[in-house]
Amino acid sequence: MSIGRVWKYGDDVNTDVIFPGRYTYQIMEPAEMAKHALEDLDPDFAKNVKPGDVIAAGRNFGCGSSREQAAACLRAAGVQAVIANSFARMYFRNAINLGLAVLQCAEASDAVKAGDEVEIDFAGGRIISGARIFKFFPLPESVIGIIEAGGLIESTKRKLGT
Amino acid sequence: MAKTLTEKILGRKAGREVSAGEVVTVSPDYYLSHDNSAAIIGEFKKLGVARVRAPEKIIIILDHIVPAADEKYAQNHKTIREFAAAQGLSNFFDIQHGVCHQVLSEAGFALPGKLIVGSDSHTTTYGAFGAFAAGIGRTETASIWATDEIWLRVPETLKVEFSGKFQPGVSAKDAILKIIGDNGADRANYEAVEFSGPAAGGFSAASRMTLSNMAAEMGAKNAYFEPDAVTLAWLKGRAKSEYEIVRSDPDAAYEATLQYDLASLEPQIACPHTVDNVKPVREVEGKPFHQALIGTCTNGRLEDLEAAAKILKGRKVHSSVRALILPASRAVYLDAMREGLLEILSEAGCVILNPGCGPCLGAHQGLLAAGEVVVSTSNRNFRGRMGNRDSEIYLASPATAAASALEGKIADPRKYT
Repeated sequence: MSIGRVWKYGDDVNTDVIFPGRYTYQIMEPAEMAKHALEDLDPDFAKNVKPGDVIAAGRNFGCGSSREQAAACLRAAGVQAVIANSFARMYFRNAINLGLAVLQCAEASDAVKAGDEVEIDFAGGRIISGARIFKFFPLPESVIGIIEAGGLIESTKRKLGT
Repeated sequence: MAKTLTEKILGRKAGREVSAGEVVTVSPDYYLSHDNSAAIIGEFKKLGVARVRAPEKIIIILDHIVPAADEKYAQNHKTIREFAAAQGLSNFFDIQHGVCHQVLSEAGFALPGKLIVGSDSHTTTYGAFGAFAAGIGRTETASIWATDEIWLRVPETLKVEFSGKFQPGVSAKDAILKIIGDNGADRANYEAVEFSGPAAGGFSAASRMTLSNMAAEMGAKNAYFEPDAVTLAWLKGRAKSEYEIVRSDPDAAYEATLQYDLASLEPQIACPHTVDNVKPVREVEGKPFHQALIGTCTNGRLEDLEAAAKILKGRKVHSSVRALILPASRAVYLDAMREGLLEILSEAGCVILNPGCGPCLGAHQGLLAAGEVVVSTSNRNFRGRMGNRDSEIYLASPATAAASALEGKIADPRKYT
């Protein structure tokens, strides 16, 4: 378990503000992507984010485009997990396929404030913030195998025996 | 047990009866990708296989930045062309064809009962013809190229029932904006949307594509019309393969049913910076703006250009506005040329762009400076999407965009009909 600080955002944080379309065909390296993460929503984020930090947001996080950079840039920025009331469907899939933890837990995302320290116990399904403990929505079994393999590429390689 | 169209298509692919909530592993009929194929090729190479599993199922359509706007884009396109040739991909469409969703549909791949996935969020468009079609990510596409398999959760279905008839100047775009505005950008998250009711049959194939396309903006996984005479007329001479008509059972289970009377609908507009920030056009009438964009995969078909040309014929775009016309495909472009629409629009002062995604996703061909405002017929108005983060995007129908371009300020198109 590692401790991270919370970056707090609202509902409908969309893929264009997480990773702007003007960069989608210009920037290919995850480390470069991280420098533009959340640029159009919070220009301070990319400058100040630290490995292990956590994003807490409202409903429909990641709505919009199918672009995977919106998950890749946060993972490359060192974000440990995104906790939200709910996730847009494609973002949820992309995050899992790229190994970014996405935790659906409205109680936690509503309760924590910007700058709070939180610990995530993935094995125990718990988000711990000070004295408060929140249980998060478990992932479907079918996708746990993908995460355990370290993302879809690794899981597919195992399946193909390559 | 009674099933929805989605449950039937996914069940048939899974080889067993399935219900909403189950996860199935299925082999899609087709998988689409576009300029992002270069990134997919990069992921595919990590998988350690030399050949794609089912080359005939791969459809690649270059549309996002066409022709290439700079050498990076040019290199992307080159990588994709070389891969398509090396892998023997017969369904590769180079830069001259248009937006992937329009091109794939015109080429007869979007068929009733088919299961289509695409690494683009507006893949939902093919539901207009009774297919199950959902957007996926790039990494997933690479994996499908190698395995011909994907896991999908069987979605619940939200039914939208239409009744009544549009008043002049009101169209499918106004209907979908109203639905998204009333119900929110995540109302259909993870769900299928079924467009039905007594007025559903009255929507043209083009209008159905507008509705299925924009259902993605309410979070829908797939969004469809059940096949009918309009579908069959569109498919005639076009269908690429055999297909089977699939419809929902009359007593299938729906998560909810929403009802909309088209007769009482007035022109709608989505205000910055979310697609569900929708108001009647009359509430923002008079707002000055700088650019109109008429076209895209949402509203770049012949009926859309006709609606714009009807209003702009013999008139001039206001001197303070740049008006861009973006036909969804070369076929649309040719039809519009033959009908004289391009001449009308050009004489009115519009810029006719080549078919493709254009400025919609903010990469080229008419981006916005800080403080500028666009009235666009596209599908997204997120902050910064069409250029500077301090620009504003209003989403509306082709008629509203054309009427607004004429006046130099946001205008209700009904006075021109």
